[in-house]
Amino acid sequence: MASQRKKQKPTIVLTGVNGRFGRMLARALHRDYRLIGVDPRGARRLPRDVTVHTIDLRRKKVEDIFRRNRIDAVIHLNPTPEWRGRTSEHRNIAVLGTQKLFSYCAKYQVPKAILLSSAALYGAHPDNDQFLTEAAPLMAGSGFATMRDLVEVDMFATSFFWKTPEVDTVILRPVHIVGDLNNGVSLYFKQKRVPTLLGFDPMVQVISPEDVVRSVVLALKPGLRGVFNIVGPAPLPLTQLIRMTGRRPFPVPEAVARSLIGIGFGVGATGVPSAQLDYLKYVCMVNSDAARDQLRFKARMSIEETMAPLERRRPG
Amino acid sequence: MPNVDPHNKVDTRNEVEVAINRLLKHQKEHGYDPFGFRPSTLRRALPPVHALYRHYFRVQVEGIENVPAGRALLIANHSGQIPLDAMMIATAMLIENEPPRVTRAMIERWIATLPFVSMFFSRVGQVIGTRANAQALLERDELLMVFPEGSRGISKPYSQAYQLEEFGLGFMRLALQTNTPIVPIGVVGAEEQIPALWNAKWLARMLKMPAFPISPTLLVPLPVKYRIYFGEPLVFEGDSDDEDRVIRARVDVVTDAIRGLLKRGLDERTNPFF
Repeated sequence: MASQRKKQKPTIVLTGVNGRFGRMLARALHRDYRLIGVDPRGARRLPRDVTVHTIDLRRKKVEDIFRRNRIDAVIHLNPTPEWRGRTSEHRNIAVLGTQKLFSYCAKYQVPKAILLSSAALYGAHPDNDQFLTEAAPLMAGSGFATMRDLVEVDMFATSFFWKTPEVDTVILRPVHIVGDLNNGVSLYFKQKRVPTLLGFDPMVQVISPEDVVRSVVLALKPGLRGVFNIVGPAPLPLTQLIRMTGRRPFPVPEAVARSLIGIGFGVGATGVPSAQLDYLKYVCMVNSDAARDQLRFKARMSIEETMAPLERRRPG
Repeated sequence: MPNVDPHNKVDTRNEVEVAINRLLKHQKEHGYDPFGFRPSTLRRALPPVHALYRHYFRVQVEGIENVPAGRALLIANHSGQIPLDAMMIATAMLIENEPPRVTRAMIERWIATLPFVSMFFSRVGQVIGTRANAQALLERDELLMVFPEGSRGISKPYSQAYQLEEFGLGFMRLALQTNTPIVPIGVVGAEEQIPALWNAKWLARMLKMPAFPISPTLLVPLPVKYRIYFGEPLVFEGDSDDEDRVIRARVDVVTDAIRGLLKRGLDERTNPFF
């Protein structure tokens, strides 16, 4: 009986399933879908009914998954950049892996492909509109290679969207995801002293992983395709968000910050390149009207609920 | 307008406090709007501006009731070397309009790169000047102030006082696109605050400044009397992407309205200082 019902469930291939966000997404989906996880890191603490393949996306074996199963959707979590180290390797994983994965979608007639990208790819610039639409160019790449790879992945998916109309491609560009995650933004807020740039306090949009999970679930709707900015609660100034976590902003003059980070990045003391400082200086916020109208997505978590997992002393 | 005349002994000491408190009543829980405006910063920044408004420039306002509720574009002549005219219009909207309203102005993009300055401008309600930002503000039914003469207007020498420079077309396209009424404004008095004999353009270019006025007052404004005339709102209809020629004809209507207000102001006054 149970196995019969299992067969009726649509099948989803989920990449990056072993990341904290991947696990959250798997837990949200596994009751309604048969999940096949792909992650070179293997899998821990996943629901038992999730099949996991511990392989690199570039490997030929990934194609076997598509050959042997009728896949109803692919959800590709854009790999979180490792700022340091083997960037050419990272580039390979991010860009080539994505290309392979999407080519299988076309070849095996997968009706839906979802890429979880990021609104940070628009880049923080002094002449940004306060709220960028999906039509804005992805300008984050100029500073450093890792970000450029993520831009390339997003642009590849966008061109796939146009070239392959038979696959309903959805590209989600959520704002900074904060919570119990190991991504750069969450780690930034979790520092003992949270550095800001003296004299700058841009408005910042954040979103909880729970809300992003909901947007992915909505994107699975058959027939829906497009590029969507995903926005959480109303924006607040950066320093205000830091204070909400029970920490205090630690303003540093920009020149000092840039040279310290430059040296630190060079010797390996920090994993953040100084180009990232632009996000502490200029706005990089997005308009989410398209997500509201077509995806019917609206964030449910308040700003307090979104920031709560980052609080310094959490009860329990 | 009895309450704008300081000789009438109207209590003007608390008007800043009253206006800000009324703004705060409508604010969101965290005290910031999505553009970074925070009324409590304005509360701290306003008193010196208010002192200029009441005691130095003794601003006299007429026709402020012409500003409609909801979205509107305030279009004014620009003069006086430093943009005190913008500050005075914004202060008028805050303390003389019913209800108090925040005026949004668009600031130059390079200002966003300046520490503290960029933060301050954003907290008092100013927004980086992009077309999308202007549109977003009007769609939120805000009040947007535009000087279509731009820096050409503000930096012209005294010999061209009260002659309007050519207006840009952007504001008209914006008004048509967002269905926004235009309130023409004539500012009389600002032309005399820093009478510039000459704009040293080569010096400005060398120093990378928009203008370099040579003035006997050395950029210290004289205690002129400001007279701000708000004209009746003008509503335009049509295609915002129309040819320049068509848009220009509509812009001329606004220019003429402002010219009329300036003429009236100049006729009514006997002296730039009183």
